Amino acid sequence: MSPAPIRAAFAQAFREAWAGGAGVLLPASFFAGAAMLVPFAVGSDSDQLAAIGGGVLWVALALASLVTMERLFQADLEDGALDLWVQADVPMSAIAAAKVAAHWLVSGLPLALLSPLLGLMLQMEPDRLPPAMLAYGIGGLAFFLWGAFGAALSATVRRGGLLIALIALPFYVPTAIFGAMSLQAEVPMPLIETLFLSAATLFSMAVAPFGIAAALRLATD
Amino acid sequence: MAILSAFANPHRFMAFSNALLPWLGAGAAILITYSIWQGLYVLPPEAYQGDSARIMIVHVPAAWLSMGGYMGMAVASLVWFVWRHEIADVAAKSMAVFGAGYTAICLMTGAVWGKPTWGTWFQWDDARMVSVLVMFFIYVGYIALRAAMDTRQKAARAGAILAMVGAINVPIIKFSVDIWASLHQDASVLRLDGPAMAPEFLTPLLLGALGHTLLFAALVLVAMRAEVRLRRADALMMRRMAGA
Repeated sequence: MSPAPIRAAFAQAFREAWAGGAGVLLPASFFAGAAMLVPFAVGSDSDQLAAIGGGVLWVALALASLVTMERLFQADLEDGALDLWVQADVPMSAIAAAKVAAHWLVSGLPLALLSPLLGLMLQMEPDRLPPAMLAYGIGGLAFFLWGAFGAALSATVRRGGLLIALIALPFYVPTAIFGAMSLQAEVPMPLIETLFLSAATLFSMAVAPFGIAAALRLATD
Repeated sequence: MAILSAFANPHRFMAFSNALLPWLGAGAAILITYSIWQGLYVLPPEAYQGDSARIMIVHVPAAWLSMGGYMGMAVASLVWFVWRHEIADVAAKSMAVFGAGYTAICLMTGAVWGKPTWGTWFQWDDARMVSVLVMFFIYVGYIALRAAMDTRQKAARAGAILAMVGAINVPIIKFSVDIWASLHQDASVLRLDGPAMAPEFLTPLLLGALGHTLLFAALVLVAMRAEVRLRRADALMMRRMAGA
């Protein structure tokens, strides 16, 4: 058992991120754009924005994670990479986990790194921004794992983007709840809420790769 | 395992369900009529909520079947995934539709009940309401995924994977929603489980729940029989085309 296919899937996800031209800028721009629309929709009142700003970024993060998903496995299906993964002598779930991890590093982590800037624009308190950035990073990984599960299930469906969202969104609920709780906590550095958020992400790391692997085996049949 | 294998035979399933259906239908009709008659005409107005509480005769069984339907679907999916018994997949597919239907009934009757009682159609503070709403979306995702697959075999596999992963997630989602709702629980909200339920309410409620369960089973069996016939017709068409 050699780890070569896992490394290959990881590296390939990195290359793919730039292959389309805009690369990582696309989800980041979507994230910022979705957040920017909110003050126009709910009004410019600073107190109101400060109250909802952190939650708005959670919604924007969830949507931004979904827009990157449609092509995640479809390209692998078309060029035959999936067939090679199925035949590889390493577990499919490990390859899938590597692919999603790379995808999150390229498309998900930049969103978390961008969040302090957007948080400032949405009137969040400055001392809340670093723990919020950590929370967006941890929670975003769970979003990407469940989004990838939806993407794997609908890999064979043409224009499956909306289907991915419909499948994945119920799985986003615990992360959204614990993520929002960590922003509303009394202290700026909420330990317990962050632990709950991490637990939800760890759970998704434990379950989602096996679901993704089962779905990808189905896609190759 | 012997029971599972016995039902895996479509011929035996068709004969068995044909014999069972009239009993299920009759039992459902009698029990549901009884519970609605009790709820509308016999029961006294509830002490705190007045006449609006009568809707629980439909609402509570719908809520139970919303959860029970998903559990049945997940178990059927597991059986299909492990043993590839065709009937198990037919059962999962049929239960999803009626489970989603009962979930919708639960949400709608809950809204109608909530408006005069709590003054709101939907209360985000109430963990059970939010859980049922999320459950509805899980059902809709499952049905949409099956519909999007281009072959029956793929629909069965994708549906089984989603139903099983969903079943693992449901407790986590429920737990998180419970924590979230308890954070901003409004003390003025009148709790359903505050006052203990009087036996004259409980008996028609439980019999009504049994009636709706029988109705659910009957509807699922009818849908399953239609699906089995559809697959048989498809197989016949394939054979005819292969022979021609």
